[in-house]
Amino acid sequence: MKFGKLYLFLIFGFLYIPIIVLITLSFNKSGVPTSWGGFSLEWYLKLFENKKILNALINTLIVATISTLLASIIGTLLAVGIELKKNKNHFIEGTVFVPMIIPDIVMAISLLSFFTLLQFTLGLYSIIISHVVFNIAFVCAIVRTRFNHFDHNIIEASYDLGAKNITTFIKITLPVIFPGVLAGSLLAFTLSIDEFIIAFFTAGPGSDSTTLPMLIYSMIRFGVTPEINALSTFIILFSFLILFISQRFNKGNVIL
Amino acid sequence: MVNFIKNNLLLIPGLIWITLFLILPCLLIISLSFFERGVYGGIEYNFNFQNYFRVLEFTYLKIIANSAKIAFLSGLFAVLIGYPAAYFIHKAPAKYQIALLFLVMLPFWSNYLIRTYAWMVLLNNQGLFNTLLIKLNIITEPLNILYTEFAVITGLVYNYLPFVILSIFSSISKLDRNLIEASKDLGGNSIKTFLLVTLPLTLPGVAAGFIFVFVLSIGNFITPDLLGGGKFLMIGNLIYDQFLSARDWPFGASLSFVLISIMLLLLFLQAYAVRKIS
Repeated sequence: MKFGKLYLFLIFGFLYIPIIVLITLSFNKSGVPTSWGGFSLEWYLKLFENKKILNALINTLIVATISTLLASIIGTLLAVGIELKKNKNHFIEGTVFVPMIIPDIVMAISLLSFFTLLQFTLGLYSIIISHVVFNIAFVCAIVRTRFNHFDHNIIEASYDLGAKNITTFIKITLPVIFPGVLAGSLLAFTLSIDEFIIAFFTAGPGSDSTTLPMLIYSMIRFGVTPEINALSTFIILFSFLILFISQRFNKGNVIL
Repeated sequence: MVNFIKNNLLLIPGLIWITLFLILPCLLIISLSFFERGVYGGIEYNFNFQNYFRVLEFTYLKIIANSAKIAFLSGLFAVLIGYPAAYFIHKAPAKYQIALLFLVMLPFWSNYLIRTYAWMVLLNNQGLFNTLLIKLNIITEPLNILYTEFAVITGLVYNYLPFVILSIFSSISKLDRNLIEASKDLGGNSIKTFLLVTLPLTLPGVAAGFIFVFVLSIGNFITPDLLGGGKFLMIGNLIYDQFLSARDWPFGASLSFVLISIMLLLLFLQAYAVRKIS
């Protein structure tokens, strides 16, 4: 068992060292990875002065909030619809599975071609539409895990007592699956905040609809500045926080 | 008809959204792949198979083969590294298991770009890895690790390892403990029991993990772009280039179709194998 502990220790080292290094560097006054110039919050202050970053942050939050709201409603309905069906429908389950396995780049170019063909002007709303697609699939998958321990008799009981469909949904089904809905929407929110390729292709030209990941990509690709470590730390800690909350809501079910 | 709509009312918004904004665009891409690039980068609507003949040219076949190789190696390493991890987490006391799995999954849900960027910082010529090795007098000149296939594979394994561990773990935890007891009662030692009972019965989890890494790696764009240095290492970069620089959308579309076909083939094989076993 000693070997087991050591092995897990190494695995967690492998998983967390890159993240820890990045966080440490964000406080490094010298700004380069090779030498430690002392502790400083300089790069964080620079971050808040940067108009481009603030603008991208606002865009990202708009996209994530709206796409999460839409996907949570649609995804939950979809999950309930699939689970309440008496017999499994492989066609529907397959369709819902597609957004989770299709390569991002393929989904991105498909949407770009589709929007171009319809002569849509690209912008934030085309990113939102695209993000809703994969968020529906993830919300649906998480909500469906809540049905693993779901007692279908309580729905029958509700009908027997004279409740209609909508009353049963609001008073019986929804309270049982609600932790899953919350966990699913938090996850959708982080996915949307982090998503790069699809946003990159469907944002259209110009910098008006640049999101945070798009900005990070261009910072990494064309001249790394030390600010990026601070920005990365910020985003990593934010996602971790959301996941902790999400995990509390959906106790016992490990996030996919 | 009214009954049908009533029964499927909850499914309609989701299915419409996915059909309209995913299935239709994918069908559009498939049909685009049979046309040609116009002189000024537009699309010329002459139906033919030219793009698919082009995919078969040596230059492109090589990139596709290379993508498959990198995806295969990433899947293999992820499974080899992930199996013992899943096994030891399963051996841990029950009260720690959920916490350990949560810690495994946590990095998986943080920003992919940032996780990949972290490896650029670690592996670059003046990066921590090289600095450490030089300080320890193991090497004198920095190793060129960044912008190699090795860096790309490392990045892919790093990014997808959490899921592989989870997938193998769930397979191990479904295992009937009585079978292991039975094997031990019949005189099998730990190693024999593992090789003859545990391993074969957990292969579905291993296969699921491997296919997951393979599928996500072969179509990956960010990792080969950032850690591979933007050379045309993998099919994802090639598709990206057709749409943004070369402006040959029909050819990019045919590459996408090839990519999806490879993925679907694998997923079908997996589903078939699972059905055959069970």
